[in-house]
Amino acid sequence: MGINLSLTVNGRAVSADVDPRTLLVQFLRDHLRLTGTHVGCDTGQCGACTVHLNDRAVKSCNLLALQAQGASVTTIEGIGEPGKLHPMQEAFRAHHGLQCGFCTPGIVMNAVELARKHPNPSEDTVRAELDGNLCRCTGYHNIVKAIVAGAAAMKQ
Amino acid sequence: MNAPIIGQPIQRKEDVRFLTGGGTFTDDVNVHGQTHAYFLRSPHAHARIRSIDRAQAATAPGVLAIFTGDDLAEAKVNGLPCGWLITDVNGQPMKEPPHPVLAQGKVRYVGDHVAVVIAETLNQAKEAAELIDVDYEILSAVVKAGDARKPGAPVVHDAAPDNTCFVWAIGDKEAVDRAFSGAHHVTTLEFINNRLIPNAIEPRAAVAQYAASEDAYTLHVTSQNPHVERLLMTAFVLGLPEHKVRVISPDVGGGFGSKIYLYAEETVITWASKQVKRPIKWTAERTESFLSDAHGRDHVTRAELALDKDGKFLALRVATTANMGAYLSTFASCIPTILYATLLAGQYTTPAIHCEVTAVFTNTAPVDAYRGAGRPEATYVVERLVDTAARETGIDRAEIRRRNFITTFPYQTPVALNYDTGNYEATLAEAMQIAGVAGFETRRKEAERRGMLRGLGYSAYIEACGIAPSNIAGALGARAGLFEAGEIRVHPTGSVTVFTGSHSHGQGHETTFAQVVAGRLGIPVENVDVVHGDTGRILFGMGTYGSRSIAVGGTAIMKALDKVIAKGKKIAAHLLDAQESEVEFVDGEFWITGTDRCKTFAEVALAAYVPHNYPLDKLEPGLNESAFYDPTNFTFPAGSHICEVEIDPATGVTRVVNFTAVDDFGKVINPMIVEGQVHGGLAQGIGQALLEACIYDPESGQLLTATLMDYALPRADDLPAFKVGMKETPCTHNPLGVKGCGEAGAIGAPAAVINAVVDALAHLGVRDVEMPATPERVWRAIQSAKTANKAA
Amino acid sequence: MHAFDYHRPATIKEAASLLRKTENSRVLAGGQSLIPTLKFRLSKPSALIDLAGIGELRGIKLDGATLTIGAMTTHSEVASSKDVAIGIPTLARLAAGVGDRQVRNAGTIGGALANNDPAADYPAAVLGIGASVHTNKRVIPADKFFTGTLETALRAGEIITAVAFPLPKRAAYVKFRNPASRFALVGVFVAEGAGAVRVAVTGAAPCVFRVKEMEKRLGEKFAAEAIAKITVPPGTLNSDIHASAEYRSHLITVLAQRAVAAALAGK
Repeated sequence: MGINLSLTVNGRAVSADVDPRTLLVQFLRDHLRLTGTHVGCDTGQCGACTVHLNDRAVKSCNLLALQAQGASVTTIEGIGEPGKLHPMQEAFRAHHGLQCGFCTPGIVMNAVELARKHPNPSEDTVRAELDGNLCRCTGYHNIVKAIVAGAAAMKQ
Repeated sequence: MNAPIIGQPIQRKEDVRFLTGGGTFTDDVNVHGQTHAYFLRSPHAHARIRSIDRAQAATAPGVLAIFTGDDLAEAKVNGLPCGWLITDVNGQPMKEPPHPVLAQGKVRYVGDHVAVVIAETLNQAKEAAELIDVDYEILSAVVKAGDARKPGAPVVHDAAPDNTCFVWAIGDKEAVDRAFSGAHHVTTLEFINNRLIPNAIEPRAAVAQYAASEDAYTLHVTSQNPHVERLLMTAFVLGLPEHKVRVISPDVGGGFGSKIYLYAEETVITWASKQVKRPIKWTAERTESFLSDAHGRDHVTRAELALDKDGKFLALRVATTANMGAYLSTFASCIPTILYATLLAGQYTTPAIHCEVTAVFTNTAPVDAYRGAGRPEATYVVERLVDTAARETGIDRAEIRRRNFITTFPYQTPVALNYDTGNYEATLAEAMQIAGVAGFETRRKEAERRGMLRGLGYSAYIEACGIAPSNIAGALGARAGLFEAGEIRVHPTGSVTVFTGSHSHGQGHETTFAQVVAGRLGIPVENVDVVHGDTGRILFGMGTYGSRSIAVGGTAIMKALDKVIAKGKKIAAHLLDAQESEVEFVDGEFWITGTDRCKTFAEVALAAYVPHNYPLDKLEPGLNESAFYDPTNFTFPAGSHICEVEIDPATGVTRVVNFTAVDDFGKVINPMIVEGQVHGGLAQGIGQALLEACIYDPESGQLLTATLMDYALPRADDLPAFKVGMKETPCTHNPLGVKGCGEAGAIGAPAAVINAVVDALAHLGVRDVEMPATPERVWRAIQSAKTANKAA
Repeated sequence: MHAFDYHRPATIKEAASLLRKTENSRVLAGGQSLIPTLKFRLSKPSALIDLAGIGELRGIKLDGATLTIGAMTTHSEVASSKDVAIGIPTLARLAAGVGDRQVRNAGTIGGALANNDPAADYPAAVLGIGASVHTNKRVIPADKFFTGTLETALRAGEIITAVAFPLPKRAAYVKFRNPASRFALVGVFVAEGAGAVRVAVTGAAPCVFRVKEMEKRLGEKFAAEAIAKITVPPGTLNSDIHASAEYRSHLITVLAQRAVAAALAGK
């Protein structure tokens, strides 16, 4: 009953037979055990499940795994190098842009694409462009600062 | 001399794992052979269960078992307990109707647990659940606190025919009545403190395993207090030996109170894991969180403030009806009483206060502590009254506060609390300076030119944190102690593992507690790791809530450190051939006073574990100490918040354009983390004031805000950048001088926001806007004021 | 989710044939609305026909007086398209405000129109500009396309292939967001085209609709004050926990004036 799914995840070719119902986030978490991508809601509001699909931030709980057929997917586990954080991850750390850490992977993934699109974002731009993510801990104050700094660091 | 560690904004030790996807949240835990649980929930707010037919569902593919309330009753599983006994004004104990883990006979709110299906996959469990045939006799429902005691209201529990859990009071009623009869001015307000749904972004989850060979259970669960979870579940509900259940609360994605409580889901799957002989996983979907996480607030209040001709507060009279929901959650009864009415003095010298609280049952989800828990409600009462009284008497709003501030400490309030220290004038002055209050009228005029209405609101809050002295809590009805435990395990090489009964779910304890330990022992922060959230590793713990972790948990660690250092001195004295009384511990080294002879902390640790040259006749080897700490008083963080809003009169849209918070948390260990706690609290407070509303249909009792499509959580563009300041007035009764900071933002902000909204509209004659002050509510307030002005 | 089959055809023809052959099958475009309904078990298709593999459904073309957008073009592609910015800049801004960043990266114009959510943005643009919806069978004018709540003129087996927008002289969309969902609580699209003004309202009623009286007045004089006194009767509008019909009615008038002002200012 499964359908073959082949794609690239964090630079690695992956192939598996999946039930068509499988969401991309379930494929990542349950099949590949990439549990850094989280599920916080059922309606596509919270953004905790954000990953990159062909370099675009998408909500992996709102896509079937089969919609990623042949695509390149990057998760939070795939943006840094071993022992070295991605500049956006580093900025979140430096600016205390996370507390409980649950929404964090999704926000960082969104922020990385945001910074590519807006290399010098203002705080207002960051706030507007973060509309696809919810954080209940930080009040966003330090997330906004982290993304402005992370975007600057990504240019270097 | 090492660089100072306490008071430094050290980057968090826990961040790398969260930033790289390396955290372990409960839903990340997968156990070999695990099955999945799905809870069939009541679609009705109030109904009698005539029968449950599960025959068809039981044969559906993948189903291992289906359990209902009858099965649990037969297995002698008890209901969920309430941990706080409130005594009614007539001397009777509060009404405590049973709170079955799966409904028995009746369902009492939409989302109430009817049955659980255990299946190989979640899809199979859901499919089987759809085949369960429940025959309901639908009853009429009551959802609003204000409706619960009306004649003819549906009765939620037979044990409380008037839906009243208790009527409780505090304060000297006669003194208050006397003061009112002689008052120069009385300000009266009636308002609703809106019901909120906590919405930690990580939904609740649990994984239960039963090991037959050891007759023991392991439960991973999203809990703020795993030891309390275990104690309640084993001793009160399942009747299991406590030592046979290990509760692990790994990384937890936010709590805000909602993960304090013992819930039905983890209790049922723990029990069921032995029945099906397989591990069971359950993870809430967001809608289940909305339906069945304990909600917060939900008060209806009438409040009156009596003043003399100089604007001095003479007395405060408050009557509140508090919605408990359908059942008493773990700490439900102490929130609108002990944590609410005792705070009604606020920062003021009001000499006479009386508050009566009527707690009612309704056909809604249970209500319990949510960030602030009683204290935001109290602050809202006091600070809305104060702003309104100032306007009515023509006294400047900052000035009326100054005239009434408590300035000498300790201060005994008329509502039980004894404030040890504070400096309210200082926090207000600093907040006014940062907020640029002096320039506000200019900004208001500039906004007017753009067609916008600008308002400024104050809120001077106080909270009682560091919960709690067990003897006081016990006298007030607590059925548990409220101490904390900590253990310092010094390793042979001098590095340290700290075991704390506090739990971190965003608060950054792994860093703050490491700073406390590193600072005291004079060792690098990198040499200290903090372990929390596991009954199998930590001696005991009461957990994290009520802004208690640093004040109570941190002090337990300090007490354990005292023991480590005391023993270290004995060891050092032996090694240095000196008297113990001659040894000083300074900056990580044991010195013989007045000499150049010393041993480092690591040398002493090594000697303790390699006791070749060691006073074995007098001293045990090893360096591992633990302590329990029970506080002698609450701590009293306080501060001033100033909010500035701009309102578009054409649409009613309100934007917070400036928000300043100056807080006094006593000594601050890590200012970066403390500021972060303030930011998060402010977001939730502003959310309550402008966005968040839990709405039940008054007829059907359906929850109308059951998804994030309907319940508005603040997003980044709903909030401003915050301006945060600190004043440090050290707490007088704990060694760190700390008070706690986790709830302050949520406590102070709502009143500041609404005071600002009302300030923007006051010239039109608007006196109050209900929370959340949605655009439509603000627009309507403007319209009705205009209509009234025309008529006048 | 209920179980379903999944197909990923390479051509429109193949997709149409699969749709015809498979009873109770549904088209999957970006999935941003469909997948949540599947998750809530509210929809039970036997098969999903994913259009993502059909290259001819993507792309944006500005040709003389018409801007044509392929059905599978994402909102972010519309938002960042040079052709859209030249042809109908307000459409780019509208697309940049649909849902949120991640939704815009996955959701498509064709999916949004076929779904016809009563609070979606695109229906306001399509009706407001008077665009035509191209399908594998025919061309449907906007005025005939939106037939009710979540209902359109699409017949079984019919697939949207593209949307053709005539270029308006000026246009603007002003949206009042539902603070929770960020859909339109009320959204008003005003466009002055060849010889006529159109005003379309989304979010306020069971289906997107035009306000003819405003169109008439604006046709006489394209200025905000021309419609300041025109209200849509609340009786025809939605009342729910987010807003009453009276408030929605009031907002329509306020937002329509703001849209006119924005169109005049070229914003």
